[in-house]
Amino acid sequence: MSNVLFDIPGPRARVRHRLYAVLGVAAVAAFVGFIVWRLAESGEFAARKWEWIQYKQVQEDLAAAVGNTLRAFALGAVLALAFGAVFAAGRLSDHKPVRVVAGFVVELFRAIPLLILMFMFYYGLPTLGVRMSPYMAVVLGLTLYNGSVLAEVFRAGIQALPKGQSEAAYALGMRKTQVMVLILLPQALRTMLPTIISQLVVLLKDTALGFLITYEELLNYARYIGSIYAFGDLDSQIFFYRPIIPTTIVVGAIYITLCLLLTLLANRLQKRQRRNRKIQAAPAEAVV
Amino acid sequence: MGALLDNLPLFLSGFRTTVWLFLVSAAASLVFGTILAMLRVSPVPILRGIGTLYVTVVRNTPLTLVFLFFIFAYPLLKIVDLSYAVRAMVALSVYTSAFVCEVVRSGINTVPVGQAEAARALGLNFGQTLGSVILPQAMRAVAPPMMSTLIALLKNTTIAAGFSVAEAGAIRAVLADKGYPQMVTLAWVAVGFILLVMVLTLVQRTFEKRWSRAR
Repeated sequence: MSNVLFDIPGPRARVRHRLYAVLGVAAVAAFVGFIVWRLAESGEFAARKWEWIQYKQVQEDLAAAVGNTLRAFALGAVLALAFGAVFAAGRLSDHKPVRVVAGFVVELFRAIPLLILMFMFYYGLPTLGVRMSPYMAVVLGLTLYNGSVLAEVFRAGIQALPKGQSEAAYALGMRKTQVMVLILLPQALRTMLPTIISQLVVLLKDTALGFLITYEELLNYARYIGSIYAFGDLDSQIFFYRPIIPTTIVVGAIYITLCLLLTLLANRLQKRQRRNRKIQAAPAEAVV
Repeated sequence: MGALLDNLPLFLSGFRTTVWLFLVSAAASLVFGTILAMLRVSPVPILRGIGTLYVTVVRNTPLTLVFLFFIFAYPLLKIVDLSYAVRAMVALSVYTSAFVCEVVRSGINTVPVGQAEAARALGLNFGQTLGSVILPQAMRAVAPPMMSTLIALLKNTTIAAGFSVAEAGAIRAVLADKGYPQMVTLAWVAVGFILLVMVLTLVQRTFEKRWSRAR
C-alpha cells in the first residue's frame, strides 16, 4: 500500500526528499544527542558508574534475575495458553450455561488491569488467609489476564474459518470433538500463530510488573543495583555510585533482545504463512 | 461496602486522576501515533526508518521500564521540573503511540488501492492524498482496534500508582494503612475499572455501528 501513496519522485522531488531526510535525521540526532549530553554531564557515563557490571557476583545475580523473568514468563505462557484454550472452548460450546459462564469470566479478567490482579493475589489473598509468593502472584496474574485475551484470539480464529469446513466434517459423521480437533484447530492455529506469539511478547513484557509486587525479576534487580552507593566493610568498600541510568540501559537492552527474538519468530511465521495462499489474514490483534 | 462508602472521596479522587491520566495520554498518543504512522508510509526512506526504529524499540520495551526511565532519568536531563503525574503521562504517551502507529498503519492498508491511485491521478501530492483521501477512510476501519488500544492504555495507567502518582491503583496502599481489608479495597478498584472499560466498549460499539452504516 505505502508505495501507491506517492508517485515515483522526479528530480525536484528527490532533492526535496533529500532535504526532508537531512532535516529529519538532524532533528532526531539533536534530540538523542541532547539526552546523551545531559546524562554524560551528570556523570552517568563515567567509567566508575559502569564498574558494577564487572563484578562476578553482579553478573551471576543479573543472570539469576533474567532466569526469574523467564521462569515467570514460561509458566505464565503455558498456563495462559491452557486457560485460553479451555475458555475459548467454553465460549464456543453448544450449551448456553457454559457459554455464559465462560464469556463472563473472560470479559471480567480482560477488564481488570493486570497490576490490580497481581495486587489482589499478592496483597489481597493473605488477608483471606491464603499465603502467596510473589512468583505465584505474578504467574497467576499473567495467566488470568493473558489467558482471557488468548481465549478471545482462539475464538476469533476458529469463527473466522469458512462454515463449510465444519459442515463438511459433520456431514462425514464426525463428532463435535473430532470436528474441533481434526478439522478446525489445525487450520485456525496456523492463522492465529503470529497473534498468539505477539500476545506472548506482551506477556513477557508484563513480567516486569512483578517489580511492583517485589518479585525479584530483572527490573527489580536493576532498581536494586541502581540504588547502591557503596557496600562492604568500611576498610574494603566497593563503590557503585547509584548507577540507575546504566542499569536501566543494560536491562532495557536485555528486555528488547528477549522480546525481539520472540517477535522475529512471529514475523518469520507470518511470512511463511503468507506464502500459503489458502489461509487468510490473522483475525485478531494482540492487546498491549 | 464500608470500605467504599467511608472513603468515597479517596476513591473519587483516585479515579479522577486515572481518567485524567487516560484522557491526556490518549490524546497525546493519538496525535503522535498518527504522525509516526505518516512517517512510516512517507516517500522518504530515512523517515520511514526512523518511524520503524521507534516502533520496534518501544513495542519491545516493558512499560514499567519506560516509567523507570522517566521517573529516575528525566530529572538528570534538567530541562523542566515536571510533577510525577505529568511524567507518567509522558511515559504512557511514548509507549502507547507506538501501538497507535501500528493500528493506524494497518488501517491505511485496508483502504482500497484505487483510492490512492485516483487521488494521485487527480494530481494530489503525498500530504493531500494521505490527509484528505486515505486517513479519513482509514480512521473508520481502525475505530475498533483503536478502542482496544485505548482500553489497554486505561488499564496501563495503574502502573503510575507504583511510581508515586495518587491514582486508582494507589488507593490500596492508603487504605491498607488505615486497616481496611485489602481484598475488599482491590475489588472495589476492579469494579471501578470494569465500569470505565464498559463505558469505552459502549463508545466502541457506537462508532462501529455509525461508521459501518456510513460505508
